[in-house]
Amino acid sequence: MSTATSTTTAAALTDDRRGAPRRPRRQQGALGRSVLLHALSLVILAVALYPVLWMLVSSLKPTDEIVGDASLVPSDASFDNYRTALAGIGGVSAWTFAWNSLVLAVLSVIGTVLSSAVTAYAFARIQFAGRKVWFALMIGTLLLPFHVLIIPQYIVFQKLGLVGTYVPLLIGKFLAAEAFFVFLMVQFMRNVPRELDEAARIDGCGHVRVFSRIMLPLMRPAIITSSIFAFIWSWNDFLGPLLYLNDPQKYPLPLALRLFVDQTSVSDYGAMIAMSVLALLPVMLFFLVFQRFLVDGVATQGLKG
Amino acid sequence: MSTLQTGQPRGILSAPASPDYRRARRAETRTGYAFLAPWLLGFFVLTAGPMLASLYLAFTDYNLFRAPEWIGLDNFRQLFDDPRYLQSVKVTLVYVLVGTPIKLAAALAVALLLNNALRGQGFYRSAFYAPSLIGASVSIAIVWKAMFSDGGVVDLGLTGLGFPSEGWVGDPSKTMPMMILLATWQFGAPMVIFLAGLKQVPRELYEAAAVDGAGSLRRFWSITVPMLSPVIFFNLLLETINAFQVFASAYIISGGQGGPAGSTLFYTLYLYIRGFSDFRMGYASAMAWALALVIGLITLVMFRTSNAWVHYSGESK
Repeated sequence: MSTATSTTTAAALTDDRRGAPRRPRRQQGALGRSVLLHALSLVILAVALYPVLWMLVSSLKPTDEIVGDASLVPSDASFDNYRTALAGIGGVSAWTFAWNSLVLAVLSVIGTVLSSAVTAYAFARIQFAGRKVWFALMIGTLLLPFHVLIIPQYIVFQKLGLVGTYVPLLIGKFLAAEAFFVFLMVQFMRNVPRELDEAARIDGCGHVRVFSRIMLPLMRPAIITSSIFAFIWSWNDFLGPLLYLNDPQKYPLPLALRLFVDQTSVSDYGAMIAMSVLALLPVMLFFLVFQRFLVDGVATQGLKG
Repeated sequence: MSTLQTGQPRGILSAPASPDYRRARRAETRTGYAFLAPWLLGFFVLTAGPMLASLYLAFTDYNLFRAPEWIGLDNFRQLFDDPRYLQSVKVTLVYVLVGTPIKLAAALAVALLLNNALRGQGFYRSAFYAPSLIGASVSIAIVWKAMFSDGGVVDLGLTGLGFPSEGWVGDPSKTMPMMILLATWQFGAPMVIFLAGLKQVPRELYEAAAVDGAGSLRRFWSITVPMLSPVIFFNLLLETINAFQVFASAYIISGGQGGPAGSTLFYTLYLYIRGFSDFRMGYASAMAWALALVIGLITLVMFRTSNAWVHYSGESK
């Protein structure tokens, strides 16, 4: 892939027109420029990654050496903080919190992918009366601030006796309430050649079979991108669990972290940061493995982070 | 038309007015609504219904335990006499109006830089994007708090550079810059979108401009900005709406109270305190709708003014 810049290409082009003699000097200038750009990129890289590296290193330092130490090399590294963190809080083991986070995230992924794909298929491939109106409303919910919904939703779930369960956190995922994913999949399906499913329709396949046998297998990239985002958003979600969960046995990691912050004294950062690392570990792994899907998903669909 | 087929091959051939065609269309509509059923249920039960309910609650006094009592515009009147509410409006507006342009400027600057860099662009792009994935998490809020605390690494760095600094977390005048820095650190997501937009700008434009002797600044303002304006608009809209909704970081950094001195009392945080600590659900609903109106208004203004500065190719402006 040519990553040469438009400006350098342009410079080369003008050089060609002006003839050879000035070329060497120009190329030298381009080299200097390239070194400068790389240096600048590296500085930004250092600033962008420093907080993460500092977090990882600090989790290995004794608590009293964390706050005032900018170094990325611990003097005596130990896993004591992790031992404290894994012991848990208030009699609940850290593994319980991690398990809860995992259950919520996996169910979120299943619900989001299934319901969004079915909804997207209706919008992209079925010509039903009222389709345009519903599609416009679906897009409208993208711009709706969630604040408007949280109070009445809470009241409904409270009246139904569902506060304290995972139902309020998951039901929306199974009903395609996150319009971002529906939109992403509609966009993807629109790029699938119609000939493929029309041939099947003419052969007598109904929509259900076209969807499950033809469309779903073709949608693999969109499903992977959606799954990763659904997982990470659920894993990092704080407000939802904060509103609906009240029993520490059911807390996912972000709420457990808040418990940690509340119960330990402010300066006791060691275990807190170790716990923070543990809470981010799956997200970081996902990022390392799937970065292409994530970054390309953002580039093409404009998904938020 | 070809998309109106049903399973029967006969249906495809029938003329639009024939009974077969109409039957096929009805069947298609039934199937469509069957596929749409989960979303429709969610839309009415989780979105449209709650929206109407909160609109009603905004005009009531309601605490979850007694029946709502109609009080007309009282909640809205109280909002303007509530100093903490006004504080939360101020905090949020400063965050949105100052933070979002800074974040987007950083995103655009780095995107331009990467669009130039010769090698390793893919690596930088991924690495810069990473903070966007984790920046809103509780973990990073804790790290941020530690880094910006009194005598923390940020103080050390600044003092080392000759700018004496004594703690950010406890200083009401410094918590906002700290929050804006946290937002700016997450410049990666809009940067990736800018970069995708920059790739769409035709090279020939720059080449022609260079031949005509346009300098790089001139090329930026006369080619890059207009060609990128739809992407700038998209990012501005998205990031503005996102900025209004910041919650977890504010909650953790301020210990859930919006301190010190109300300097991190973000709108969402105050709404949470009012609704779920004080159980003033009617009042909080009024807050939610006031915010929805403001966001709606801002969105509308952005779309209306966009005609003046957003350039879509193929459109003569």
